[in-house]
Amino acid sequence: MSKKEQLISELKLIIRPYVQDEFAFENLNEDTDFIADLKINSANLVDVILDIEDKYDIVLDNESMDKMLNVKAAMEVINTKVSEK
Amino acid sequence: MTYPEIIAKLPYQHPFLFVGEILEVDENGISGTYTYEAAHNFYKGHFKDNPVTPGVILTETMAQIGLVAFGIYLLDKSGNTTTELKIALTSSEMNFFKPVFPGEKVLVKSTKEYFRFSKLKCKVAMFNENGDLVCRGKIAGMMNI
Repeated sequence: MSKKEQLISELKLIIRPYVQDEFAFENLNEDTDFIADLKINSANLVDVILDIEDKYDIVLDNESMDKMLNVKAAMEVINTKVSEK
Repeated sequence: MTYPEIIAKLPYQHPFLFVGEILEVDENGISGTYTYEAAHNFYKGHFKDNPVTPGVILTETMAQIGLVAFGIYLLDKSGNTTTELKIALTSSEMNFFKPVFPGEKVLVKSTKEYFRFSKLKCKVAMFNENGDLVCRGKIAGMMNI
């Protein structure tokens, strides 16, 4: 499994409890949008962010939160924050 | 921010204001009371000839004191000066232990789990005048959506 695939599968585990659209979740890819595709509400998006912080031991600010609209952007933010540690 | 100022900022009014008095508030939590007037309309229907405060009203009371009043304090503390408060309840999980009858006064205690990215999540508990636990759970909402 490549590093990217590994990260996507980790993200899927984090996102799963908050997903409203199961079909979109099964077909999750880099372009999947958290709100438009997975129908995660804004309150649960905060939970996703907090779970990501715990999992990768990073702190996300408002700027990161605003960027993290889809899977690809989330992976970029995680990689950046992890490399800054 | 004084306690009356917090209550004045609440976006509720009679017959749906369920905050009587705020007793204490700081960065970590809030406590407050409310007395259920026997004249409340819902007692006529819940239940027939046997008035008991509905669980949803107990939950609402915990949300108004434990989440909204607390959130107003936290927003003010963080320098947020918006006058128009837009809020939404996003989740609640509650367990109920004792009935609350018309005229009873309850105490609500709320402790912050987190307040991040506008989402406030709290552990809340309600006690009757004997100090018995009435209900307990977790409530979350978005402050300033």
